[in-house]
Amino acid sequence: MVRRALVLTGLLALGLALTPAPAPAQTPGVSATEIKVGNTNPYSGPASAYGTIGKAIGAYFKKVNDEGGVNGRKINYITYDDSYSPPKTVEMVRKLVEQDQVAFVFNTLGTPTNSAIHKYMNQQKVPHLLVATGATKWNDPKNFPWTMGWQPNYQAEGQIYAKYVLKNVPDAKVGILYQNDDYGKDYLKGFKDALGDAVRKVVVLEQSYETTDPTIDSQIVNLKNSGANVFYNVTIPKFAVQAIKKSHDIGWKPLHLLNSVSTSVGVVLKPAGLEASKGLLTTFYIKDPTDPQWKNGQDYKDWLAWMKKYYPEGNVEDGFNVYAYAVSHTLVQVLKQCGNDLSRANIMRQAANLKDVTVPMLLPGIKINTGPTDFAPIEQEQLAKFDGERWALFGELYDASKK
Amino acid sequence: MPSRAWTLGVAAAALAVALVLPFTLTNFRLFQFTQVFIYAIALLGLNILTGFNGQISLGHGAFYAVGAYTTAIMIDQWQVPYGWTIPTAGVVCLVAGFLFGIPALRLEGLYLALATFALALAVPQILKYFEHWTGGSQGIVLSKPAAPWGLALNPDQWLYLLTLAVLVVLFALAANLLRGRTGRAIVAIRDNAIAAQSMGVNTALYKSLTFGVSAAYTGVAGALSALAIAYVAPDSFDVFRSITFLVGIVIGGLASISGAIFGALFIQFVPNWAQDISKAAPWAIYGVFLIGFMYAMPRGIAGSVRMVAARWRRRHAEPAAPAAGSGG
Amino acid sequence: MDTLIQQIVSGLATGGIYGSLALALVMIYQATDVVNYAQGEMAMFSTYLAWTLLNAGLPYWVAFVATLAIAFVGGLLLERILIRPVESAPVLTIVIVCIGLLVILNSVAGWIYSYIQKPFPSPFPSTPIRVGNIYFGAHNIGALAVTLLVLLGLYVFFRFTTLGLAMRAAAQNPVSSRLCGIRVGWMLAIGWGLAALVGAVAGMMVAPIVFLDPNMMAGILIYAFASATLGGFTSPGGAVVGGLIVGVIENLVGTYVSFIGTELKLTVALALILIVLVVRPSGLFGRPAVHRV
Repeated sequence: MVRRALVLTGLLALGLALTPAPAPAQTPGVSATEIKVGNTNPYSGPASAYGTIGKAIGAYFKKVNDEGGVNGRKINYITYDDSYSPPKTVEMVRKLVEQDQVAFVFNTLGTPTNSAIHKYMNQQKVPHLLVATGATKWNDPKNFPWTMGWQPNYQAEGQIYAKYVLKNVPDAKVGILYQNDDYGKDYLKGFKDALGDAVRKVVVLEQSYETTDPTIDSQIVNLKNSGANVFYNVTIPKFAVQAIKKSHDIGWKPLHLLNSVSTSVGVVLKPAGLEASKGLLTTFYIKDPTDPQWKNGQDYKDWLAWMKKYYPEGNVEDGFNVYAYAVSHTLVQVLKQCGNDLSRANIMRQAANLKDVTVPMLLPGIKINTGPTDFAPIEQEQLAKFDGERWALFGELYDASKK
Repeated sequence: MPSRAWTLGVAAAALAVALVLPFTLTNFRLFQFTQVFIYAIALLGLNILTGFNGQISLGHGAFYAVGAYTTAIMIDQWQVPYGWTIPTAGVVCLVAGFLFGIPALRLEGLYLALATFALALAVPQILKYFEHWTGGSQGIVLSKPAAPWGLALNPDQWLYLLTLAVLVVLFALAANLLRGRTGRAIVAIRDNAIAAQSMGVNTALYKSLTFGVSAAYTGVAGALSALAIAYVAPDSFDVFRSITFLVGIVIGGLASISGAIFGALFIQFVPNWAQDISKAAPWAIYGVFLIGFMYAMPRGIAGSVRMVAARWRRRHAEPAAPAAGSGG
Repeated sequence: MDTLIQQIVSGLATGGIYGSLALALVMIYQATDVVNYAQGEMAMFSTYLAWTLLNAGLPYWVAFVATLAIAFVGGLLLERILIRPVESAPVLTIVIVCIGLLVILNSVAGWIYSYIQKPFPSPFPSTPIRVGNIYFGAHNIGALAVTLLVLLGLYVFFRFTTLGLAMRAAAQNPVSSRLCGIRVGWMLAIGWGLAALVGAVAGMMVAPIVFLDPNMMAGILIYAFASATLGGFTSPGGAVVGGLIVGVIENLVGTYVSFIGTELKLTVALALILIVLVVRPSGLFGRPAVHRV
């Protein structure tokens, strides 16, 4: 029996060894009829709420393929689960690049997960496009010419809030609640950096939380008692609801700055209470599908039709599904611009050559721009205040690229 | 117990196969097998403690993290050559494990499991707190080591062979340890601590030392994984990692050295197979695999191999017995 | 002073959540000697079933009771179908089967209901009760009351009913119980059923606060283990008290120990539990296990 097992082991090893390594093509991942696109997403584990993005992207590509594909080629979308674990991301991305031989990797999700493959992608010279994270480090074409972000980064957003506070709130005392990870810390850094020397005077209390905490009531109580009159709220939707509701319940009415991740009317504000949410301030670059002011726009109707037809099990209140739609549209624009030259070098060149591109479901006036030294596609955002029914945009479009 | 000759024979054959692979497999597969070796070392560490010594630990992910971060910090902050970081990680974890083992002496079974579980849970938070050293949630990025002495090997091949070498050494040491007096003492403590004590075994010392050695093994595995992945972050060391290690040793086979290898193969490849089978609910498939394996092989793969081998030997070892009444 | 009281009140509120799941954990352990890692997921899944019933239009308390019934039967069946084949296997084998169950339940819930969080209604009013400067959430008080009611019900059941007595006997001494005619196998199954029922209550009380999603119990399970460990796995009342203590200590440490602040809250809570364990290994209210040599 052991002998048999031994023989089997040997055969297995031999079998694996003899599996031919696919020969690298001139334009890897590209044939006359298809383009192979790779992706990893957390479909399981603590970050699984983001997994809908990976699924929605697949649904978008299905629509594109149904309409004839891009320049005659269909998109072959391969996506793997990494459970938000960096070692798993490394393994799955290596599989995509070395075994599945994809043309490029698109919208991989998460900051630590993307950090784990950052060097690898650039060493292998594979485009690492439109990554799904708000960290600042993806805009570094000099050192990492194959990596590009997409959404406005968190630090820039934090700076917008800080500038607003300095301008509009005399004698500001800020209490901050943030998630204890890279997302929370990035928002924190941007805000504090923009306060400059006033930081020590202005920030009166910082409180953090972990995603495993069931409630943040304790932190809210502390923030109220610190005497803060401004509340910088860096929480994901689950905790944002609690924060809004609890501060209202204990009678704390500060100027409430809510980070743009948790602004959904349907998912956050309604459960927290529309009355309690009045006066909330945030920034937007993309439309909230539950905000009544966008309901009659053509791009919303198109989005809704696409959801119903290609992603019926997806939730039409979930902003992530809008995100996926917009970022996939951007990618298809890049591919269109490539024409027939889908070499990795040209894909990267075209990604860095987006001029004033409008993308459906982004705020009116926001355009995507990239260049050889500008790997940040979206840099514009706008402040908005919640009036009890909708997010009323006000002020001008902040443009981080014009600093 | 299978004879020494058999075991050595099988091990030698497996080693021969393993040495051929770097020159036939793709880099990606080598990377996966390197992971298998790393897990095998970690699982052997845990098995020494839980399988052989009966102390249940749900917190070995903590030692894995300590080993990984020791390497990462030494390379990142002090530019220490990576070769030195591996034994250092082992020593650091040896001490840490021994120190943890001392208060753990007071805890039995379930409570020990929970105490170690608490340790595993605290690790990501602690890592994030000492940002200055650990890079906080952003983690530390490393470079994969290149082959030394001008050898014509790419980094994946080199790391594979390095990990294999460490594995062979550590496995041989463990086999030696467990076959001798120490091993017997360790197992005796598991089976009946009070009897062992009355026979003169210093249970307190042995239990703490076993904790230390077990942690050291897992720490070395962690150090190697930092090199293989070339990145460490708190998210890589969550509580699910510790639970996966426990799954690995039980599926592989408790109190078995070869069980560590079977377990490592399971935890590396079965989640991928599960994904291939079902995109919609891959972990449900994984759960079904877990339950199925436990039904079919309650003593793990190694346990079943042992049973089958014993049966085979019984059937072929005795001379033809005189026909019994039933003529069978 | 106000802050102190408010933090204690908030701590008791969160502690109540931990305690309710800890109660289910201890229940299964007492009845079957198995620590069921899938307890949180079973509670989560039961809550999703409740959500489905509520969505279908059933009034709250009808759905509540129906869910309890389904959970009880479900738990019972899980024991008979899943655990029975490995009943006599080594303890760790059973643990792995429970882990398998955990992963399956989590994955299936995500597949059926998707991962986006859903609000879950509370039977209690949502406006807070205000006493002086201290705010009490009505739901938190209600949930704690429900947990205590369940605890009381269990106490009465195990103390004063024949079935309860039979179950206790089966857990303590299966061999002698069989000799007395007690169907030990079914006692274990009922134990699982009851634990699933308690878990379902915990889930439905917790969901209005933390929102319903497949991962909602993950964090709470951790704290529930901590609570049960602190209180002692052999004491159901201890589990609930342990939960309250963990909740309060966590909040007080986060508020008053400023160099630790909130970034190490969880670590401190765990460290405290470890210290208690070293001093009193079987937990605050547990009975130390006595082994015959």
